[in-house]
Amino acid sequence: MPENSNLLEKIKHSLESQEQPTVTILSSLLSIQDNLHYIPSEGISETAKFCGKSTNEVWSVASFYTNFRFTPPGDNVVDVCWGPTCHLLGAQIIIDNLQKTLEIDGEGESKDGKITLKYNTCLGACAQAPCIAIDHYIHGKQDKNTANKIINEIRNK
Amino acid sequence: MELFEQLKEKSLTNWFKLNSSKWVRIGGGTSGQAMGSYKLYNKSKELIQNNFTDVNLSMVSAIGLMYLEPIVDITMPDGTRVYYGNVTLDEIEKILKQHLTKNKPIIERAFAANEKAANMWGIQNINDMPNISRQKKIATRNFGVTDPLDINHYIARGGYSALSSAIFEKSPEFIVDEVKNSGLRGRGGAAFPAGVKWSFLAPSKEPIKYVLCNCEEGDPGAFNDKGIIENDPHTLVEGLILNGYATNSSNGYIFIRQGHEIPINAAKKAISDAYELGLLGKNILGSEFSFDMEVSLTGDSYVAGEETALMEAIEGKRSTPRYKPPFPAAQGLWKKPTNINNVKTLSYVPEIVRKGSEWFKSIGTETTSGTAIVCLSGHIKYPGMYEIPMGMTIREVLDYIGGGISEGKSIKVLQAGGPLNGLLGEEAFDTMIDFDAMSAAGASIGSGGIIVGNEKTNIVDLLRNLIAFNQFESCGKCFPCRLGNTHMLEILDRMCQNQSNSNDLNLIQRIGSSMKSGSLCGHGQLGYNPILSALKYFRTEIESAVNGKINLTGVNGDGKMILPTRTRP
Ligand SMILES: Cc1cc2nc3c(=O)[nH]c(=O)nc-3n(C[C@H](O)[C@H](O)[C@H](O)COP(=O)(O)O)c2cc1C
Ligand code: FES
Repeated sequence: MPENSNLLEKIKHSLESQEQPTVTILSSLLSIQDNLHYIPSEGISETAKFCGKSTNEVWSVASFYTNFRFTPPGDNVVDVCWGPTCHLLGAQIIIDNLQKTLEIDGEGESKDGKITLKYNTCLGACAQAPCIAIDHYIHGKQDKNTANKIINEIRNK
Repeated sequence: MELFEQLKEKSLTNWFKLNSSKWVRIGGGTSGQAMGSYKLYNKSKELIQNNFTDVNLSMVSAIGLMYLEPIVDITMPDGTRVYYGNVTLDEIEKILKQHLTKNKPIIERAFAANEKAANMWGIQNINDMPNISRQKKIATRNFGVTDPLDINHYIARGGYSALSSAIFEKSPEFIVDEVKNSGLRGRGGAAFPAGVKWSFLAPSKEPIKYVLCNCEEGDPGAFNDKGIIENDPHTLVEGLILNGYATNSSNGYIFIRQGHEIPINAAKKAISDAYELGLLGKNILGSEFSFDMEVSLTGDSYVAGEETALMEAIEGKRSTPRYKPPFPAAQGLWKKPTNINNVKTLSYVPEIVRKGSEWFKSIGTETTSGTAIVCLSGHIKYPGMYEIPMGMTIREVLDYIGGGISEGKSIKVLQAGGPLNGLLGEEAFDTMIDFDAMSAAGASIGSGGIIVGNEKTNIVDLLRNLIAFNQFESCGKCFPCRLGNTHMLEILDRMCQNQSNSNDLNLIQRIGSSMKSGSLCGHGQLGYNPILSALKYFRTEIESAVNGKINLTGVNGDGKMILPTRTRP
């Protein structure tokens, strides 16, 4: 299948194009997820081959770090912060509202599959709380209306 | 030595040229991005390219006054410098055109100016702002001044001269002694004397030894480690090279969590520029000393910030803590002798070497020399990142630096030092900020985050948020931590739902003490701290929640709370 061989090529490229001197299971997985936005099961087996480890060892790492995901995300990933500063300044209200807009409970993909919602423990811009991030780009001083507006803008693009 | 003098001369020439030109600086960084400073920069770039031929533009480090972001400041050849805050995309054209062509600021839009411009136009002198004048900038000395991605700016401001003088004029032992004598204590939480730690590693004759810099910074409410890296990465790189020289080590790692693109890119660029100028690599500046450095990224895991878990992560494994002994100085990363320090700790080192340990010791308190880099957020008027001398009281920080409360009537509670540390009530606000006074009060400087809650803050709701974090982030290796946090969270959630009973208080205390005695690392040992300290300052409120008298209407979404519970497999 051409699609599959394409995926395999991308995985191999992710593994081989790592620039830093120290290459490990973790760095390999990070590189795959950077390029593909998720870790397909071929990513696990290729990483195992590339690092000379068992798939078991690779899975143990992949399942540990909470940023890894194993199915393709939506076109855009929205991180909402639930850290204590954002919490005190109204994060729950924003989260609640986004979930209604996207028609989901908890984390995951919106009904139309376009947007992935993720919780974040702290986006590191607490001085501008409450914060959300679209594909790692942070937007500060949010409320339910501004956050909804940003989401609708990217959804209708 | 000569090589460095040449570098320095070149950097200085350019620096003076820049400073006597028309120079527009826009503050960047993560917090700036959140307020649109990168968009503002792009628009300014276009405007300047289309309208001016004699104007320089730089994206510089954030000055720390985050409530004023995005900040634009303009230096003119006559030596005036004027700062504009909260600048919008709509007004930037007007500000740039008027200021740069008429050489006259839009006075009512400026929040501060340097002395000359302040006198000329009656704008507030930036050095008269209490949250500037009361700072003591050491690790953050270049904030708001230089372009963090330009190594020449750093060198022009005196950077890498400590390294050059160390490797040509001072012995490694001398540097270790200086750091010891300076009284510098680790800023990553445990407050261990840095020089003493270095002296464990230094004697080992192993050819491969590692010095690691910890920028995991998972503590919600703290952003000063990433803040230093994105705003002045070279002060850390120089500090880590000095750490390597002093301990005769061969390799350094800067360890950062994935996803934080701005600090990650700044660290990578700083390292590659340092290689290019011969400040890293083989025979640094032509000396006998060789040292390599790279950035190591980790996945999302709070416990990866624990020193031995961090080594597991660099080795590419699950970041769970190791048993000690052996201690890192004997067997650390890849079983080689290793030292590990926090970003802030290392970022003081260049100035300590340059100005001497006695100078550093003269700042701060008897037991904690130097400064604290605090991150203020929450219900505070001037949230931001500030470097203050140790010994200021919490109240002084809240009033003079933070400008007091932002909304509401009074400050009820502070969360200081991250979720493994405590809550503080009003009685504790006269505590002096230094390691020992803070821990006596039941909190800690920890990572430097201070989250401010007003009178409407519900303590049990806040505790539930903190314990939910600790639960989510337990690495799962020790069961008292893994199950204890889950159990504590259930109890707190029960309290918030008015379904608690009087046994719960005893139960939660029992869980806390098992976690403390039965966990391998600080995550489990300290995870009960928020509750312990809250019982000290807010006991009645907690007791009434246990007795079913909590009312969360109007509190952060009426007491609703996502509980992203996840036990690591
Ligand atoms: C669960 C846990 C998380 C930690 N996270 C960090 C961190 O993010 N950054 C840090 O510098 N130290 C962290 N520490 C402390 C480190 O173990 C270590 O003490 C510190 O990096 C040493 O540096 P210092 O001596 O310069 O303070 C953490 C400790 C624990 C138990
Ligand atoms: S707590 Fe939300 S950005 Fe830090």
